Amino acid sequence: MKAYWPVILVVVLLAIVPFVTTSNVVLNFLITTLLIALVGQGWNLLGGYGGQYSFGHAAFFGTAAYTTAILQVQYGINAWLGLFAGIFAGSLVGAVVGVLCFRSGLRGSYFSLVTLAFAEVLRIVSSVTPITGAGVGTLIKLDLRPEAFQFQSRVPFYWIMLTLVALSLIMVRAAENNRFGAYLVAIRENEDAASALGINTFAVKLAAITLSAAITAAAGCFYAQYFLFIDAPIAYGPWISIDALLAPIVGGAGTLFASLLGAFVIKALGEVTKLLTSDAPGLDLVIYGFVLIAVVGLAPRGVAGLLAALFRRPSRKERGNG
Amino acid sequence: MVESLLIVENVSKRFGGLLAIDRVSFQVRTGKITALIGPNGAGKTTLFSIISGFLPPDDGRVLYDGADITAEPPHNRARRGVARTFQIVQPFAGLTVRENIAIGSHLRQRSRAAALEAANQVAHSVALGTQLEAPAATLTVAASKRLELARALAIAPRLLLLDEVLAGLNPSEIRDMVPVVRELTARGTTILMTEHVMQAVTALAEYVLVLAEGRIIARGTVQDVATDPRVVEAYLGSGAARL
Repeated sequence: MKAYWPVILVVVLLAIVPFVTTSNVVLNFLITTLLIALVGQGWNLLGGYGGQYSFGHAAFFGTAAYTTAILQVQYGINAWLGLFAGIFAGSLVGAVVGVLCFRSGLRGSYFSLVTLAFAEVLRIVSSVTPITGAGVGTLIKLDLRPEAFQFQSRVPFYWIMLTLVALSLIMVRAAENNRFGAYLVAIRENEDAASALGINTFAVKLAAITLSAAITAAAGCFYAQYFLFIDAPIAYGPWISIDALLAPIVGGAGTLFASLLGAFVIKALGEVTKLLTSDAPGLDLVIYGFVLIAVVGLAPRGVAGLLAALFRRPSRKERGNG
Repeated sequence: MVESLLIVENVSKRFGGLLAIDRVSFQVRTGKITALIGPNGAGKTTLFSIISGFLPPDDGRVLYDGADITAEPPHNRARRGVARTFQIVQPFAGLTVRENIAIGSHLRQRSRAAALEAANQVAHSVALGTQLEAPAATLTVAASKRLELARALAIAPRLLLLDEVLAGLNPSEIRDMVPVVRELTARGTTILMTEHVMQAVTALAEYVLVLAEGRIIARGTVQDVATDPRVVEAYLGSGAARL
């Protein structure tokens, strides 16, 4: 239980926000930040802990968003059921991509490129097939009832988002503290050594990509409900794949709060950029690029690593002596 | 209990035009230390990789505890109780010594706490007890070799494949390591080791196989093979035996 106190503390602190302010600007900023944190936490499990760098988490995000949207619009299925169907569909795509990549032994940048290819193929297919609304996109009908997973105020959305983030934090914390997480890290550090010690690396990686996809898929479903509109560039566009990996890498990939920390940093940067440049298209991506270079170059263990270094100076010295 | 825990039958391995392993057959007796020696490039590490499942042989069979494991992947062999060390150490560099060993312990322990506790014990048994929290990347060569051994021991193996665990160590480090290895057989572990350090082979091995150019050219006790003219030739060149 001790291991979960940091999670509880962070979630409680965030949960208090609506009691302090109900400003739409603040809540909207926090909701989109938590959304990126959730997308990134999925990536963090597979990439940060497992060392499998996906460039195509949009494939899971978009599939979930489309699944829940299409089920509601075309088949009149309840949005809450759509949430679960979306998560299921997203993790299914994760499992399929995982089987194909890991069966054929793809590692490193080959894995990254193939995941990117999957997301791009899905983007192109969804921009031409009728069921996704092709180029027009899919609009979810406005229906402001809690039963329809739509709310008048942003506060319930915020709490639901926070709940999803909290669940993802608990999942990753639980993984850290059991065999699965240890095996995942072992694969990241040295896959041959891992299999020599009895680890079925294929099975562990497959489980990781499926769980990872499920977490990111939950964010995709939420996105559809919150904005009530998706099209191919939103659902499967590179922006979400980039945010998915940027947030945890900036935060310190392979640590529990990496994605949450990183999401706050990049979202705050994005807002500042918008203020300074008054919405020059694409400039935020340029800034992201510089941030990524700076993080990789100057603080390879991310914000979490910087914080740890600040607070743990003496113990690093001890290590040097030992 | 089977008399020979490991049986290698007619195993061959070809890399393009090079026949790296040429119809090699031998047995490793249960509970004993068998050494596989030979000059550089003889195929020792290739043979190890075949036995541990990292390379498929082109021909032949590998039998462990009476079962044909030729087609099994490495992790299944590990579960059966076959552990290996790597000649070029393969630590989980970002993890501490204790975490490294715990990965092995997890094979028999589901809980994290139990695995870490088991790792403590293994670390002490190979004299790494004082470096539990040191990052694996910071270890000396001697300590890395011990870690390699500790991790393999953590899966509680019945057959231990040691690929040059003494290479790169200085004479006093080797003297420290020899009793550690001998202690393992006292506990019933069967060992197959490749080694360049003859001092250690002489001290440890009850049975020696000499591999040269992919073939077993001699086998027997250390005394038998040391005086075998074919072995002398393999190491020193043709004609050397007559000098």
